[in-house]
Amino acid sequence: MQISETSKRILADLLRSQTGQDFPPNRRWRVGTALSGLCREHGIANLDSLIAKLGMSQRSAQAHTLVEALLNNETYFFRDRAMFDLLAGRVLPDLAEARASTKSVRIWSVGCSSGQEALSLAMLFAEQESRWAGWTIDIVGTDVSTSVVEAARSACYTQFQIQRGLAVGQMVKWFEETPQGWRAKEKLRRMVRFEKHNLLDPPPNPAHFDIVLCRNVLLYFDDVTRARAFERLAAVLAPDGWLLLGAGETSLGQSDRIVPDRDLRGFHRLATSARAQRTADLPRRAAG
Amino acid sequence: MKTCLIVDDSSMIRKFLRTSLESLDFAVREATNGQEAIARCEESMPDVIVLDWHMPVMTGIEFVKLLRQGGHADQPKVVFCSTENDLDHIRTAIEAGADEYVMKPFDRETLHMKLQLVGVA
Repeated sequence: MQISETSKRILADLLRSQTGQDFPPNRRWRVGTALSGLCREHGIANLDSLIAKLGMSQRSAQAHTLVEALLNNETYFFRDRAMFDLLAGRVLPDLAEARASTKSVRIWSVGCSSGQEALSLAMLFAEQESRWAGWTIDIVGTDVSTSVVEAARSACYTQFQIQRGLAVGQMVKWFEETPQGWRAKEKLRRMVRFEKHNLLDPPPNPAHFDIVLCRNVLLYFDDVTRARAFERLAAVLAPDGWLLLGAGETSLGQSDRIVPDRDLRGFHRLATSARAQRTADLPRRAAG
Repeated sequence: MKTCLIVDDSSMIRKFLRTSLESLDFAVREATNGQEAIARCEESMPDVIVLDWHMPVMTGIEFVKLLRQGGHADQPKVVFCSTENDLDHIRTAIEAGADEYVMKPFDRETLHMKLQLVGVA
């Protein structure tokens, strides 16, 4: 379905004002598919009429439904398993040592969609039960979309969602059958909470995080907004914390404060932390 | 190229699975029940078996129990693929020796993820 230049401008303005996201040409091809459900719901045959009807008032609830329909909520359990393997095998053991005195770990899943990433993280902790016994694990998932945050809070998944990326052994162990779908068990639910939030706004509590996952979010921002987002992320990251970006995303050339980790692909550190690490390595290298 | 044996009495499901698996670079053979599957495995053991539950002559559960008891050194991965979508059936399949479980209906991407999880894709 074609849309007029006026409609494209309305959508671009709505997306930017409500989410900070950009609406470049390469994102416009899926507008017809994304809005077809709303067309049916409102009994409107063409996109221009729908956009004119719903998008007239920037702050109306109807405009918000238009924006929600445009958002890409693609997610699944353990998306990019190699990254989760590195978290479980390399990062969490380091973190357990570094936080042994406080026994507290704080993680932020930015753009959490319906919560599969946050629950995948919770499973990593639950599966290392002896290491984390007595610890406070606080995983906060945030998203700009109200509907996916509500879905994440329910912790219920359809048959289609539950078997995407999740091993059957984990499904049997960590989920239960309910009339509403496959629901995460209490042990996982206790570790996660979800809030509607925009990355460009002041951060959610506790405002400082040991690990931040911000995967496939920054790609929707233009360069200026992405630089602001990196500043936000740098401000909340613990000095020895990790930032995880999506496959194909990097801080290189976009942030002076956050740099790729030398050893762990896809992981990033504060530049100050990376410099400290290099300095600490020098005597070892000289000795070796 | 990895090999896959599809065991399902529905020609429509076998066709869908064959198309999906061939697009994932598998060499595919087919059987319509557990007994035929035993014959195919005797000829040559595949890397992975995608297995239906309810079939005439020999069910998927009967087949996987026999396979696991057979003591073959080169045990294939077994991915159950069934409309029995409740926890009790899924547990029964795992206890019988299945490595993964796909609930029908499913799409090609879900099948691909499950094959990755058992290490054959």
